[in-house]
Amino acid sequence: MLSKVAERVYWAARYLERVESTARMLSIYDTLLFDLPRQVNLGWYNLIVINSLEQDFNERYSVQDERNVVKFLVGDDTNPSSIVTSLKAIRENIRTTRDVIPADTWELVNELSQYVQDHLQQGINRRDRHEFLGNVISACQQIIGLWQVNMPRDSAWEMLKLGQNLERADMTTRNLDAATAAIMQIEDDDFAVNSQQIIWGNVLRSLSADQPYRRAMRSSVKAPLVCSFLLTDQRFPRSVEYCLNHMIQGVKALPRAEKIIADIRKLHKTVTDRAEDSAPGPEMREALNDLQISLQYLHFSISRTWFLNDQEQLAVAQ
Amino acid sequence: MSINWKHYELQEGFYDELISSPGNPRVPARQLANYLNSLTEEEIQSRKLAAESTIKDMGVSFTVYSEGENIDRAWPFDIVPRIISAQQWEKTAAGLRQRLKALNMFIDDLYHEQNIIKDGVIPEFVLKQSKNYRPECEGVNPRFGVWAHICGTDLVRDGDGQFYVLEDNLRVPSGVSYMLENRSIMKRVLPEVFEKVSIAPVGDYPEALFNMLASLSPRQNGSPVVVVLTPGIFNSAYFEHAFLAQRMGAELVEGSDLVVGKDDCVYMKTISGLERVDVIYRRIDDMFLDPEVFEPESVLGVPGLMRAWRKGKVALANAPGAGVADDKVVYAYVPDIIRYYLNEEPLIPNVETYLCYDDKQREYVLDNLDKLVVKPANESGGYGMLVGPHSTKKEREQFAELIKANPRNYIAQPTLALSTAPTLVGRSKVEPRHLDLRPFILQGESTYVTTGGLTRVAMKKGSLVVNSSQGGGSKDTWIVDTSAGKA
Repeated sequence: MLSKVAERVYWAARYLERVESTARMLSIYDTLLFDLPRQVNLGWYNLIVINSLEQDFNERYSVQDERNVVKFLVGDDTNPSSIVTSLKAIRENIRTTRDVIPADTWELVNELSQYVQDHLQQGINRRDRHEFLGNVISACQQIIGLWQVNMPRDSAWEMLKLGQNLERADMTTRNLDAATAAIMQIEDDDFAVNSQQIIWGNVLRSLSADQPYRRAMRSSVKAPLVCSFLLTDQRFPRSVEYCLNHMIQGVKALPRAEKIIADIRKLHKTVTDRAEDSAPGPEMREALNDLQISLQYLHFSISRTWFLNDQEQLAVAQ
Repeated sequence: MSINWKHYELQEGFYDELISSPGNPRVPARQLANYLNSLTEEEIQSRKLAAESTIKDMGVSFTVYSEGENIDRAWPFDIVPRIISAQQWEKTAAGLRQRLKALNMFIDDLYHEQNIIKDGVIPEFVLKQSKNYRPECEGVNPRFGVWAHICGTDLVRDGDGQFYVLEDNLRVPSGVSYMLENRSIMKRVLPEVFEKVSIAPVGDYPEALFNMLASLSPRQNGSPVVVVLTPGIFNSAYFEHAFLAQRMGAELVEGSDLVVGKDDCVYMKTISGLERVDVIYRRIDDMFLDPEVFEPESVLGVPGLMRAWRKGKVALANAPGAGVADDKVVYAYVPDIIRYYLNEEPLIPNVETYLCYDDKQREYVLDNLDKLVVKPANESGGYGMLVGPHSTKKEREQFAELIKANPRNYIAQPTLALSTAPTLVGRSKVEPRHLDLRPFILQGESTYVTTGGLTRVAMKKGSLVVNSSQGGGSKDTWIVDTSAGKA
């Protein structure tokens, strides 16, 4: 498999995952805000913080309100992670890798891009937003389903899974981080316990983890349990540990994977070590931040191993 | 109202591919004509819509290329096929083989002894002034002595029904994917006719292409690594590059995916590391192949590629420099080239051609600009041409100046009575439209000719320009065997 093709497939999967999680996050965020007591000062801008997009956002907008945040996350082509930009990146990557990805993907991605373009306004208005985001989520799931049932389990498949799992792990840490940050903002008053419940419940729903959490933990929503579930559950496909385990499983089928496997194992250990102490607070945030940086390094490592071929190129070309 | 062949308005002086006189289809077209006649207007309309939606279905994947300025895909498709009898095609195919064989011997000679010039068959300056002669290729010995492995030759029929060669495309000819797509559309649109008539299949081209490419491999052990080198997504023929790579099971690569090692071998960058490449089907022009040798600014090519090729570590198809025979002045000499190398008479004649560097011929051309078609020697795609009968006085004056300034660069040909074929116009009316034919010829260890080729049709009434870049369309091309009893 050509390195360039591998890289494009990997990114297509990452961006598709990003579109789906962005849509999911937006679609439940208003319910969170409706439920929180008015005294709790948590706004739409928090979504910008989750995705580390403060700088890009502030260059573009001065008012940090719902409309601007939603506009920025859905339809802004200057935002490198918006749904529109991500879809554009998916199309670019898919149209040059159609020989390794099921042919229908191309059509579905086109349809989705077209739908989003045609209904942007609907996504921004609060009244129609649910339907719009729901359609985006279903379209993403349709594409992932198509891959799941049709693709031979070859290198292209492993690259897709690798991109998907890495993006998922990253997204889960971001959600946890955002919740931790929000909890820390809440003043210790009569509303505090209730608000914490609402925020953690929201994190679970945002990751489609609500039901799995209740079944696995047999408990009501409690901060340490939610953190531990999202970091280390063995069966939930968006838990960080699940993603890492599946990355290890998958890359074993790829050539020259030794270093990557070692890197993931190291990451894995930091996660399990950390999960022992899952109380939300500044330490937790720091740990999540470290985890995100490690995931970023893992990406560099993947890129060096399979996409760039720099070393060999130097070796033969000189 | 259905199609009534008695009302088909044949044009005086033009050969029609399907109909010999009003109401009388030619033998190989008889079944088709009867069948079309049996359809009602609604049925014809629904077949036409079926074709359009098939194109769209396949085309969903092409729309993206037309977002830029891809013209090829906006190509209209006509559902009435063009039909040639198998007997006639056999002779034509033999002529095409003969032609490419001679052209390859010619190219090989030019980059070695140049005997054809020493023997006075071709004047030296024709070569010296050719834009596509590459001194960098002198002395190189490609396998089998073949330089032009893939050739797209444009054929036309004049009023007498005889095929003539209009031009040979030896650089990076395109269009073969449309030939294959047209056939799959027609199978869905007129399946009933396929049952009754024995139409020769065209689908083996990718297989033949792969076998030819594999035969060029410098390492003849087991399965050679073949790649298709494309300039990238923004090239108008990218669809075809991807299509052929996919059909052959070859990797589609861009210049940046390849690297030449210090061992002079070409490698592609894969997730397993570097993998040696044996054969490159390149769809990039010579000048962009290797920035070390040609256009230094080119980012499409691969530094060191020419070195690798010259040392015989990798095969390039077509070989660099093959375009020297893709020159309209050289074209005029092809009949002599065939006689010189093969000691045979050409099986397919050339269109009569006036060379403007010759004083007498130039004088004739300048006196008859209103009757002739003037073409620059090194252009393709129908650009920079003067079509005399359709030109204004000002255009003719401009061309007269151009010719006088650079006579070597111009040739002129009589305006051809391009043959016609019935083409659907409106809901169920057929009218004659002019067309040509581009078969594709392969040469490696052996030669291969496509069954028929790509028929391009000028969709505008009376127009003689069939190029896709100039508003042409296409038809499926049927080679029909009438001896087998099925037709």
